[in-house]
Amino acid sequence: MRVAIVGVGLLSAGLEGWVKGREVLGGMRPFYFDSLPDPDAGLLPANERRRSTVGVRWALHVAQEAMAQSRLDPRDVATVFASSGGEMGVLDQLCRALATTERIISPTLFHQSVHNTAAGYWGIATSCQQSSTALSCYDDSCAAGLLEAATYATMEGCPVLFVSYDLPAPDPLIRARPIQSAFATALVLTASPAAGTANATVALASADCGDVTEMSDSELERLRADNPSGRLLPMLRALAGTGTSSVCMNLLGDQRLVMEVEA
Amino acid sequence: MSPEPMTPVTLSAYTLVTANGRGVNAVSQALRECRSGLTPCNFEDALLKTYIGRVDGLEEFALEDGLERFDCRNNRLGWLGLQQDGFMVSVAEAKQRYGTDRIAVIMGTSTSGILETEHAYRNRDPHTGALQGSFTSRYRYTHNMFSLGHFVRSYLGLRGPALVISTACSSSAKVFATAARYLQVGLCDAAIVGGVDSLCLTTLYGFSSLQLLSSQPCRPCDEDRDGLSLGEAAGYALLESSQKVRRKGAIALLGYGESTDGYHMSHPHPEGVGAIRAMRQALNRAGLQPADIDYINLHGTATRANDTVEDKAVHEVFGSQTAASSTKGWTGHALGAAGITEALISAICLTQGFVPGTLNCQRVDSALCSHILRENQSRPVRRVLSNIFGFGGNNCSLVLGVL
Repeated sequence: MRVAIVGVGLLSAGLEGWVKGREVLGGMRPFYFDSLPDPDAGLLPANERRRSTVGVRWALHVAQEAMAQSRLDPRDVATVFASSGGEMGVLDQLCRALATTERIISPTLFHQSVHNTAAGYWGIATSCQQSSTALSCYDDSCAAGLLEAATYATMEGCPVLFVSYDLPAPDPLIRARPIQSAFATALVLTASPAAGTANATVALASADCGDVTEMSDSELERLRADNPSGRLLPMLRALAGTGTSSVCMNLLGDQRLVMEVEA
Repeated sequence: MSPEPMTPVTLSAYTLVTANGRGVNAVSQALRECRSGLTPCNFEDALLKTYIGRVDGLEEFALEDGLERFDCRNNRLGWLGLQQDGFMVSVAEAKQRYGTDRIAVIMGTSTSGILETEHAYRNRDPHTGALQGSFTSRYRYTHNMFSLGHFVRSYLGLRGPALVISTACSSSAKVFATAARYLQVGLCDAAIVGGVDSLCLTTLYGFSSLQLLSSQPCRPCDEDRDGLSLGEAAGYALLESSQKVRRKGAIALLGYGESTDGYHMSHPHPEGVGAIRAMRQALNRAGLQPADIDYINLHGTATRANDTVEDKAVHEVFGSQTAASSTKGWTGHALGAAGITEALISAICLTQGFVPGTLNCQRVDSALCSHILRENQSRPVRRVLSNIFGFGGNNCSLVLGVL
């Protein structure tokens, strides 16, 4: 499959936005693991933003950034949201409440617990009525999501907003899923590669085709290994550079997602 | 945009477990005999005045033989589903035919094994608040959203692509759309699609907080309907391209439509715009007209809002000719497993020349305009449309038919 990448969104400590992130990943400025950025989910109506979860705000922040670059109307763009565990903060609150004798949970908390919460809020904020899929593949959620997004764009001939986000769970749930740093990223894919856009071929291969691409900077590599959405860093580095490079992501141990990126 | 007609995808094998019984025959017999699987809620210590569609026997065994780490209610139900209807034999044959790396696993669930985490929070260390190590070490295999996909792929010994789609109630309808694309683009030669969702306190108390649980067995489309009944179910289908397995008379996915409302997280769009979009897309992809559909299996949850809005949408697309019914009165609402459950009930209709009515619907709400069937019918059925709508305004319609 061959797709064009017409928008990129990025948010993580030290990688606040694609403008800065691109310079860091392209080697133009050093990477410093800064304090956590504060996502701006300005797209959401004020009342929704007030009630929104931190996961929704991170996901919508990068979605908005990528979509703005694409210059596409979000109402014409299908979405694929990938996250290993989704709304871990909401699940913590729910399970706390269900462990009490009263078991009182609010309707808002309940509807925010679904894996497609961020996808749903994006649709509400943009009035988009296209297909929307939310998925998980544990540590390989990002690769599975990118495969789903590229397949959708190729087969349905419709641009796709791909968003991947994972945040540290609150205590005590973090012991069950020890992700240390928050990471969110988004790509807008279309099925029409063209001059002037970054293009990539996306293919599924067996594990013996090669090693998983890692980051050469040890701090960025730590981030890649820590957060399932950070697994996209080598792809983002390829997009930040110039020329052609090859990126290999793990998919369930016995498979690889292989991308040839022309930035 | 109007999609191109798709290459039909054959359901070479399928299996289903619901509160009505284990296996396709048990479910179809309950449908014919109008035997509901709904009983007063006796799940754990949930003190809620509601009915549930509970699958018997899930407390009486544990996963073993190397599957211990996956053991939880959701995966037990998933395992039970795989034992019915000779499904394991069909998977073994597909493995022979295509190789383990050419078969995808695409599952749907809404709450995965959250019940394990609910229990773990009750058993936190009273001093430190810490979760027990026996839970945290198994979170990945029980509650994480990919757990079901991991379990099915491991148990079936498959090495192809795998993922879990979790878009609330539409989860295991959308697995058909993703599988159709994977087959068409050549990412796999066959796909195991399915869905499993099991009872838990999260959904019982969650839907209770939304005041959407009926105090009686749910009554879809009834003038006095007052909410849904939760259920649990496991279902799977082995999908192959109809170009590879040409079998006249086989059941196939002819079309799918996916859309969102872009309106509200837990309330459908008042005019059903997303639902209309999903149904029209599914018909277009099947290359069919509304009049070609013999029966519509409604989402029909029996909430005031869903049934009203769905009726508007169905009437807009089909008028008042095409017979439509909801089977939630038999199974309850199996949430993330509702898509596969109702797709396979549609398959039963196609193979048996049978159309279910709407169990528990005493008097059809006179405000509804589409053709709601109350009573079962026996007649040839060539094509069925199945609707599933979920939280986040996430909609999916499937068209199944006989090749």
